[in-house]
Amino acid sequence: MAIDVATVKKVASLSRLRESDERLQSLAGELNGILGWIEQLNEVDVSGVEPMTTAIEMPQPMREDVVTDGDKVREIVANAPKTVDGFFIVPKVVE
Amino acid sequence: MTELTKLTLKAAIDGLKAKTFSSTELTNAFIGAIETANPALNAYVETTFDKARTQAAASDAKLAKGEGGALEGAPLGIKDLYCTAGVRTTACSGILENFVPTYESTVTQNLWDQGAVMLGKLNMDEFAMGSSNETSKWGNVVNPWKSRGSNAELTPGGSSGGSAAAVAADLCLAATASDTGGSIRQPAAFTGTVGIKPTYGRCSRYGMVAFASSLDQAGPITKNVEDAAIMLQAMCSHDVKDSTSLDLAIPDFSSFIGKSVRGLRIGIPDEYRLDGIPAEIDALWEQGIAWLKDAGAEIVRISLPHTKYALPCYYIIAPAEASSNLARYDGMRFGHRTDAAQSLTDVYELSRSEGFGKEVKRRIMIGTYVLSAGFYDAYYVKALKVRRRIAEDFTKAFEACDVILTPATPSAAFDLGDQAKAADPVQMYLNDVFTVTTNLAGLPGLSVPAGLDSQGLPLGLQVIGKALDEGTVLNIASVLEKAAGFSAKPSKWW
Repeated sequence: MAIDVATVKKVASLSRLRESDERLQSLAGELNGILGWIEQLNEVDVSGVEPMTTAIEMPQPMREDVVTDGDKVREIVANAPKTVDGFFIVPKVVE
Repeated sequence: MTELTKLTLKAAIDGLKAKTFSSTELTNAFIGAIETANPALNAYVETTFDKARTQAAASDAKLAKGEGGALEGAPLGIKDLYCTAGVRTTACSGILENFVPTYESTVTQNLWDQGAVMLGKLNMDEFAMGSSNETSKWGNVVNPWKSRGSNAELTPGGSSGGSAAAVAADLCLAATASDTGGSIRQPAAFTGTVGIKPTYGRCSRYGMVAFASSLDQAGPITKNVEDAAIMLQAMCSHDVKDSTSLDLAIPDFSSFIGKSVRGLRIGIPDEYRLDGIPAEIDALWEQGIAWLKDAGAEIVRISLPHTKYALPCYYIIAPAEASSNLARYDGMRFGHRTDAAQSLTDVYELSRSEGFGKEVKRRIMIGTYVLSAGFYDAYYVKALKVRRRIAEDFTKAFEACDVILTPATPSAAFDLGDQAKAADPVQMYLNDVFTVTTNLAGLPGLSVPAGLDSQGLPLGLQVIGKALDEGTVLNIASVLEKAAGFSAKPSKWW
């Protein structure tokens, strides 16, 4: 499953990353190297094996359905690139 | 006062309680040591000396009245992965360059509740992605250790390289670290320090900058095994803010130090004898086996047949989780936002491309690829199934043994700027070949320094335990530590 530059470009776009054409070229090589190495997983017989999604099996804990937090506008916007009056200022999204 | 910095955490806590010295004296000794060493070692990326002096004075007031917590007055270093309220936390990434959390991570809060003093934030690989500390936005850490007769700068390992270097160079009594594939144990092995990753869920992940959430686990790096028990005790807790945090009693870890290991069964996995591993590392492993045999333990050959698949499995799961976790950095609510954008897509793509470093971008892209339509089952689901096979190997092995002994790393500390590893990411990833299996299985693992190689560099042994059995891991490690009599320190060149 070799990856070409067009595929790398698509993956970059899905990742919301913009890379130079030169970098995309070398990334294709790097990703092929890594994915080629990963191919060895095909040697493992996993028939009948359930995917493992958690290291320690335990039921999802439930919490009481009560308000535990809030009234923290100042803290929430404290690290925003741009704010006005407790609102996030984001770039124009509709032309 | 410089000698105070050489104390173990245990000795310092005892000295503070006995009023042999004050926390202010101890803290000032560390501040002096950091000011001298940091320009050369780059272990701290942010120092909080004013805060440290204030905390030390408060601790001294408590200690004077015979009060205080388990770590009262003890100066610590904190990996820059832990959110610290009011203190910049970057995970050593450009995208968090100016991030100042308004809240405290649970692990660090636990430490402050026990009276610890914060000296500053410790350098690390960007988002904990790396094995040499070279992916840090703030430049690499330099290992305090050097090869005999050489002036070449060595890596302290990664990702917790700042934590390991700071402990090895006596720039804090102990440090917090974190381990997703070996990021506590590999740097500990490279610097002659002790590092333990507990069972997944022992420490809360709340307020730790996320890398791969099903694998990330907090733990300490310390000067010896007893200190590791003390630090781990303070860091662990059940936390409702982390749904994967374990609601189980936490044993008294220190009570396991130095206990007899007579009759304990030590598993030696055949599959950890790899081709191309230096003979010295094999010899040290044999020595470790002999020490435990002499101490009355029983040695058992075991098999972990899926070991060789652990790293490729990890390099699907960890990047997949990372690509999802790091999607939050969109330039909107916090983190870096580009100035160069013409459109919304520009904002996302340019903010992220400007903010993230090369290795992080590479892993995001691997993760995106293995999760993308058409490849999800072939890569991601397959890796999750292999992960279960790896975990089952351990379950089966632990029917025949109580703990497992392995080497910690496939080499001693290597040169910074290693060309072969820079050119081929897989070569760098192979550093975690002995450590990554425990992350996938969620098991506790500890690295203890056990000897020096022919170049005079430290080598570590790894002890792997059953889930929740950190106690036996610490017990075995304390016996290895005593038998090894490891007391070497790097000669001070900084």
